[in-house]
Amino acid sequence: MITLDLAQTSLREVNARLHALGPDTNERGWRIVNPRGANAVAVGLRVPIEVEIDGHVGYYCAGMNRDATVTVNGHSGTGVAENIMSGVVRVRGNASQSAAASGRGGLVVIEGDASSRCGISMKGVDIVVGGSVGHMSAFMAQRGHLVVCGDAGPDLGDSIYEAVLYVQGRVAGLGGDCIEKPMTAEHVMTLRGLLAQAGIAADPAGFRRYGSARKLYHFHADHAHAY
Amino acid sequence: MCGIVGLFFKNPSLHADLGIHFRTMLIGMSERGPDSAGIAVYHRPAAEGRSKLTLFSPAADCPWREIAAELAAALEVAVEFDVRANHAVLTVDGDESRARAWLAGHRPELRVMGYGRLMEVYKDKGLPAQVIAKFDIAAMEGSHAVGHTRMATESAVTTEHSHPFAAAPDMCLVHNGSLSNHNRLRQWLRRQGMSFETDNDTEVAARYFAYRLGQGATVIQALEAALVDLDGFYTFTMGTRDGFAVLRDGIACKPAVLAETDDWVAMASEFRSLAQLPGVERATIWEPRPSVVYTWTLQ
Repeated sequence: MITLDLAQTSLREVNARLHALGPDTNERGWRIVNPRGANAVAVGLRVPIEVEIDGHVGYYCAGMNRDATVTVNGHSGTGVAENIMSGVVRVRGNASQSAAASGRGGLVVIEGDASSRCGISMKGVDIVVGGSVGHMSAFMAQRGHLVVCGDAGPDLGDSIYEAVLYVQGRVAGLGGDCIEKPMTAEHVMTLRGLLAQAGIAADPAGFRRYGSARKLYHFHADHAHAY
Repeated sequence: MCGIVGLFFKNPSLHADLGIHFRTMLIGMSERGPDSAGIAVYHRPAAEGRSKLTLFSPAADCPWREIAAELAAALEVAVEFDVRANHAVLTVDGDESRARAWLAGHRPELRVMGYGRLMEVYKDKGLPAQVIAKFDIAAMEGSHAVGHTRMATESAVTTEHSHPFAAAPDMCLVHNGSLSNHNRLRQWLRRQGMSFETDNDTEVAARYFAYRLGQGATVIQALEAALVDLDGFYTFTMGTRDGFAVLRDGIACKPAVLAETDDWVAMASEFRSLAQLPGVERATIWEPRPSVVYTWTLQ
């Protein structure tokens, strides 16, 4: 494992070192120490390497990730794994707002709580949160899964498209066009798979499923007869 | 975008190091606010029955000695002064209101940045590092401080438009965000008898809180009332005589991180301003919830 120390090396140099790796690199194990809340740590990785970050990170950690596995041994700031394409991003602590925002693929695991707008505009990413999520999570979520082992804040899944939401705890309130849907055997199986991938122990039978009522897909003329 | 920070020591043995830690916190927010910076520091209490006023002079060679002497003669009280760059702290007998009235009438070019028994306010244009050096903030001791780095979006970049805004004795406010109903609220507060020194939205919020506190509200009640009366985006940190308070609006777009150990409580817009605090690796760290008032006070 190769260690990069952000107390000694600039963020730009650390990220450039990781960006220079080719897909067949032998340098597959990396450790970044002393992040001290720095923004944009390990963004834009494109090769299947494993990166462990020891400490708390700032904004946009592991954003745009492709193929890499990034683990934060701490908390993360706004927008962790935003626009993730593939690979795995894991936060051992809590994540601030907009975790995995607009993610297109891959897996994002927040072992603690995620704040507001978790999975906003998600487009295919799978997100598993060990704790709770804040308000407006999965806002305009288009595709992928959001699994919440704790509670969900107000306005969950507002204006949701075809993403699927599973919540084990209490939902403070559903957003516009988001409704509860039945858990079938197929959904239990999908959820079991997601929890297993995330390495989080929870019983899929205890979750409820939420998704789109599909009422916002088309212009809805309430008073057409009046004209 | 702006950066805000607050540091409050529970352990008095750390008071001597307030400025050293606060410098690091404020510089950590340079990228969020390169236009101006400021600090309200709570220290060196004026003797019982006396008050401190922090004044700013736009002129380079302000005759502080002469002003202090004129003020002493006019009010027939003892006045001491202590100059720091283009600011000076005047300590006067009694509450500060007579001195403020005299200054407004006789030295209108001076601006009162803050007043009270404990609080001093230093703020100016420039990068946080420049403002810190100008006022020698690293050398300051004290029990607590709040600070701000400004990236201006809604009103001019001047010393007067910098934060913190002080509107009541030993009370000040720093703000990350923007208010959308500040014009209407300013009109309303004027009708209640409040006067304003700038067109800045945060000054309106500071005077709003001063008004509520003046009406008998507690800090918590004043902040909770703001959830109804203030429209816009905000993370506020309010400095008070014996502590500080934090409030985020219901949408909570503007960031905030809180950290607490047995020795201190700190807040910052981003964790990187907390990363150097002593014992931070053992701190409890969390994000304040939307629409929830957090307060800490000296025991």
